[in-house]
Amino acid sequence: MNLSVTDLACARGPAQILSGVTFSVAAGRALILRGPNGAGKTTLLRTLAGLTPPLAGRIEAEPESIAYAAHADGLKAALTVEENLAFWASVFGTRDPAPAIEAFHLAPLLQRRAGEMSAGQKRRLSLARLLVTGRPVWCLDEPTVSLDTENVARFAAAVKAHLARGGSAVIATHIDLGLPEAETLDITPFVAKRIAASDPFGDSFAEGAA
Amino acid sequence: MIGLLKRDLTLAIRAGGGFGLSLAFFLIFTTLVPFGVGPQTQILAEIAPGILWLGALLACLLSLDRIFQLDWEDGTLDLVATSPVPLEGLAAMKALAHWITTGLPLVAAAPVLGLLLNLPGAAYPWLVASLALGTPALSAIGTFGAALTVGIKRGGLLLSLLVLPLYMPTLIFGALCVSRATEGQDAATPLVLVAGITAGSLALLPFAAAAALRVNLR
Repeated sequence: MNLSVTDLACARGPAQILSGVTFSVAAGRALILRGPNGAGKTTLLRTLAGLTPPLAGRIEAEPESIAYAAHADGLKAALTVEENLAFWASVFGTRDPAPAIEAFHLAPLLQRRAGEMSAGQKRRLSLARLLVTGRPVWCLDEPTVSLDTENVARFAAAVKAHLARGGSAVIATHIDLGLPEAETLDITPFVAKRIAASDPFGDSFAEGAA
Repeated sequence: MIGLLKRDLTLAIRAGGGFGLSLAFFLIFTTLVPFGVGPQTQILAEIAPGILWLGALLACLLSLDRIFQLDWEDGTLDLVATSPVPLEGLAAMKALAHWITTGLPLVAAAPVLGLLLNLPGAAYPWLVASLALGTPALSAIGTFGAALTVGIKRGGLLLSLLVLPLYMPTLIFGALCVSRATEGQDAATPLVLVAGITAGSLALLPFAAAAALRVNLR
């Protein structure tokens, strides 16, 4: 079992967004998260990545097994494609970036500065970072934004190869990625009523008013 | 973590990286003082230690809001926070990169500017030593302030208000060290105090900065 989530409640800022989220993703499997805008897909992924502590529930995963890819590309405009990848390789203490360059067809762009690339090219570089991390569980937030169909196919192929190596993935997306075996989880049933989570200031103001 | 340091130094010297901003401010500030105060060499020699230290401190302050803000805006900070590098290490590397790009050039430029302000000869070694020992504290305290205000748009004002009181002990003892040296008194005691503040800041503040980052990334 690569990732297992039990009765998870997530908050963003003071507001509880999701409650009772339960799912598990086995090695070699992918889970597609669906839900309308604002349902809490990003909040759930940030909680899985460890950026936001959960309000309740458990996340079971190997330590340092989750690679997170956010809306923002996390690229430095002044660095070249090669330097950006080399930086992430050094941060994650890994490996040769060659397979990542290959998978997203970045070889012709290696010496280009990230600031001079199109949005789709930046996205490819940002996704290539996932391969550089060498981590088994990918948590991806709208990974195909600004990719053309050819590169969506490249991305799907990279995910399939990752699953075939025993990795797993949780992907929030609105489009069909062409991953027939992937399970789909609609998070709408888990959306919490928008009540403020424990907020000591709010409570004391309420008491003051009463 | 060395990768983080290397990247920050590379970014600083690339176009738009802001390297030299603090140094230029320091040069302009100190060369303007004789025009404002007047050319009496006696007065200039008397105020030179304070002016040099104040200039260095304000120059440091000028570049603080860039420490985490750019990484936060482009999403890099989130991704580094999920990487094997601990946030404490990130904060320490950020402070070190800030010192190399800001503090070190100030230390190197200060003796030249001391000449402009007619600083007495005996004070030069103490000026360089006090700045070399004191500016790392300015970078470490500034990194903590930047971590507290990361994510606040135009947080520069709040950052300055938070950081300035914490800068005061370093300023007081740093300037005191140099001015005692100009008067031929014992300057070692304030220098040791400056070194002590720096050692304490370097040991504690990366942990405080990491805690502040964790709260701000939620």
